[in-house]
Amino acid sequence: MSALLEVRDLTVRLRVGGTDREVITGTTLEIGEGEAMGLVGESGSGKSMTAKAIARLLPAGARVEGSVRFAGTDVLGLSGADLRRHRAKVAVVFQDPRAHINPVRRIEDFMTESLRTLEDVPRAQARTRAADALEEVGIDDPARRLRQFPHELSGGMLQRVMIATALLSQPLLLLADECTTALDVTTQAEVMAILDDLRRDRGLSMLFITHDLELAGAVCDRTSVMYAGQVVETSAAHRLHADPLHPYSAALVQARPDVTSTAERLVAIPGRPVSAFEAPAGCRFAPRCPHVLDGCRGHEQTLVDLDAGRVRCERAAALRGRLLDPTESPTESEETADA
Amino acid sequence: MSIPVPSGVQTGVAAEVLDPVAEVEATAVRGGLRRVRLGVLGWLSLVVVALAAVLAVVGPFVRPFDPDLSDLSFAYVGPYGSHLLGFDGQGRDLFSRLLVGARTTFLGAAFVAVVAVAVGSALAVTAAWFGGRVDRVVSAGLDVVFAFPGILLAVVAAAVFGAGLLSAGLALAVAYSPYVARVLRSAALRERAMAYVAALEVQGFGAWRLCLRHLLPNISGLVVAQGTILFGFAMVDLAAISFLGLGVQSPQADWGVMVSEGKTGLLQGYPMESLTAVLCIVVVVSAVSFLGDRLESAGKQAHR
Amino acid sequence: MPDTDGPVLSVSGLRKVFGTQVAVDDMTFELAPGRSLAIVGESGSGKTTVARMVVGLERPTAGTIVACGRDRSRPARNARERTLRGREVQIVFQDPYSSLDPRQSGTAAVDEVLRVHHDHDAATRRRIVGELADLVGLDQRQMDALPRALSGGQRQRVAIARALATEPKVLILDESVAALDVSIQAQVLNVLADIRDERGISYVLISHDLAVVRQLTEDVLVMQRGVVVERGRTADVLDAPQHAYTRMLRASVPGPGWKPTRTLRRPA
Repeated sequence: MSALLEVRDLTVRLRVGGTDREVITGTTLEIGEGEAMGLVGESGSGKSMTAKAIARLLPAGARVEGSVRFAGTDVLGLSGADLRRHRAKVAVVFQDPRAHINPVRRIEDFMTESLRTLEDVPRAQARTRAADALEEVGIDDPARRLRQFPHELSGGMLQRVMIATALLSQPLLLLADECTTALDVTTQAEVMAILDDLRRDRGLSMLFITHDLELAGAVCDRTSVMYAGQVVETSAAHRLHADPLHPYSAALVQARPDVTSTAERLVAIPGRPVSAFEAPAGCRFAPRCPHVLDGCRGHEQTLVDLDAGRVRCERAAALRGRLLDPTESPTESEETADA
Repeated sequence: MSIPVPSGVQTGVAAEVLDPVAEVEATAVRGGLRRVRLGVLGWLSLVVVALAAVLAVVGPFVRPFDPDLSDLSFAYVGPYGSHLLGFDGQGRDLFSRLLVGARTTFLGAAFVAVVAVAVGSALAVTAAWFGGRVDRVVSAGLDVVFAFPGILLAVVAAAVFGAGLLSAGLALAVAYSPYVARVLRSAALRERAMAYVAALEVQGFGAWRLCLRHLLPNISGLVVAQGTILFGFAMVDLAAISFLGLGVQSPQADWGVMVSEGKTGLLQGYPMESLTAVLCIVVVVSAVSFLGDRLESAGKQAHR
Repeated sequence: MPDTDGPVLSVSGLRKVFGTQVAVDDMTFELAPGRSLAIVGESGSGKTTVARMVVGLERPTAGTIVACGRDRSRPARNARERTLRGREVQIVFQDPYSSLDPRQSGTAAVDEVLRVHHDHDAATRRRIVGELADLVGLDQRQMDALPRALSGGQRQRVAIARALATEPKVLILDESVAALDVSIQAQVLNVLADIRDERGISYVLISHDLAVVRQLTEDVLVMQRGVVVERGRTADVLDAPQHAYTRMLRASVPGPGWKPTRTLRRPA
């Protein structure tokens, strides 16, 4: 599996009120052709910023270091027509479709606009392609849908329209940024199934960004977990639940209630998730980590290979197989105030 | 480097770019008063307005000469000795008349702004709180008053109650209140829909407490902004009304009256009286408008 | 006087119609003291409308709601009745960012509720504020901070403390942990469990998250388009759902070995 997307040591700083704030620190990940990569994390982890950097959608004034290579080209150096071509090959689907669609224009206008203006496709042909794309994402009677306005469609339907629209430019990579978070669970299952089919039928690669570990674990090939702007773990998706490498991943798995059983008490992680710019020196998860040793705080942790995955924790090897063991969990995790 | 302003200005940027952490900051503060950077122009405006306000209070006490003392032999004489700006058509000291005139001009405008904002916010909060039929009735009433230009209302008021600052001011306040009410109503409606208002209703809080202690303070930024903007309008309109002879009455010193009385001199080639008064009005109104714009855009941004 | 042995909340034949849309139809349930009931369903199922009717933010079209022996099917007639109802049922909403007055610290918010409801002196109020802060796990500094200085989880704790200030018998949790990060959600769920153990309060949890429902509640109602389609013990309903809709909901929850399936038709 050759890498379609390679992100190396990506660091992003944003200018906020006169100061530079680091939001991603040295992110490294790669996605192969046809691969689905999950990017999991809590608020401020930098997962959305990573997607924005890949699609070159960062706000003005953002300072970017490192490299992003997509299908062999250096993405960060692109401009003008090359940049437009890049964005056509990397489609983005966001959380809230209604915020990204013009409410007073018909679905057809929205879907065909870039085909007709950027690729000079005649109207009739553009309409046919749009209808085909809607059919591909499981929408009945596409001809009628094309004539409708966004407010006449449900959220789940609209999200499928967004995915269909993204497909029109024949993308190689789909960046799905919390694209099912606002949907009902049954609709979420539907949309995920559609994405799954597309991946198989078209060989589409996918970066699936979510806060939902179960979802990422179920639909992705590999997952990366981010914390405070850094990737702390990358491994096979099915191992995320059963055999996490990093104490943070393990803590997330344990903190989440389980639909199949009632826990006596949830194992909460003390404190709150932080962003890169407010993270402590040394291991960024150290203040919340149940396995922390004094040495962890002393120096930056690096991403190292471990058991066919990668982990950013010097104690990971020593903790192998013990992270989810309840008898191993240190003192009763005090979930006091999230300071 | 700051004055109280509706919040959300500095954090607006952060909301765009940062993950939920910064989003938190931006959504947390909506329409209350917070601090914002003014910039050079803002500071200049603030100084001008403060100076005018001080003059309005102390003007009559620091004037070098009696503003009403007329000596026709000095009519239209230019700057002369301690008479910094010279004399008007009736031989009165111009500088003294400007100092004294600041009071009626400034206080008149402030009166209009305060009354209009008070009436407007009361209507806005009432409409937003009760909604439904009350809202429809209030909104319809506002539309009717909207149709009357302020000056026309002032002319009518002068005809009915007699010319003077009070009737002109009240007429303007009535004419302005729909503008305030309309802006504040939409802000109040948004605030009304906030979960904390519902939570406090469930707590058993009454409408008075909720509106006065919670809802209104949270749109205070916009209220102040509206008042500031109206103050500028009122100053110009009151000057115009005085110019028409329906506001402050000659011989009392007032910038609007001075523009009016100076027109004879203007035609005869002695523009000093009209020009100085107009200049005072323009400078103060520009400063106030600039501040008002700043406050309003900040308030709107915070209230999106 | 409210009786103490019967249910703290009983709802029967509850119905709400918006225009021509029936949002809730013929809803009936009872809640015993110290029990927790979940109402689950997707958007448009009417679960939030039920919550709003129970706390008096929405007026039922038909049916009765009785809390602590007092009927609350119609709007309160006077201030006294309003405050009395406030001491029976309270609510915590989903969005931690809009559910606090941005100009009020947690201490001030709780203190104001105490002043509205009781004639305590300042020292007593301070003591109660301190007790509630301990209960929800906030320190003095956090209680004295304005909401904008607090994280989502901390704000939700303040909202819970404010709701508990009237010492209600029933607390409605309207998706109250849905907007929180996973690690924070666990903290708040544990706090809610502690509060129930300590105060014997009853919960009505409105949620779409079946895992949270499993963790916090004993009984569950499943709503679809305004109607209760299944009810029972939470564990039973989630382990062996009977109604087709419940089965679909349960099957849509991702987990180990889960594969998303198209519930609608596949393209030809």
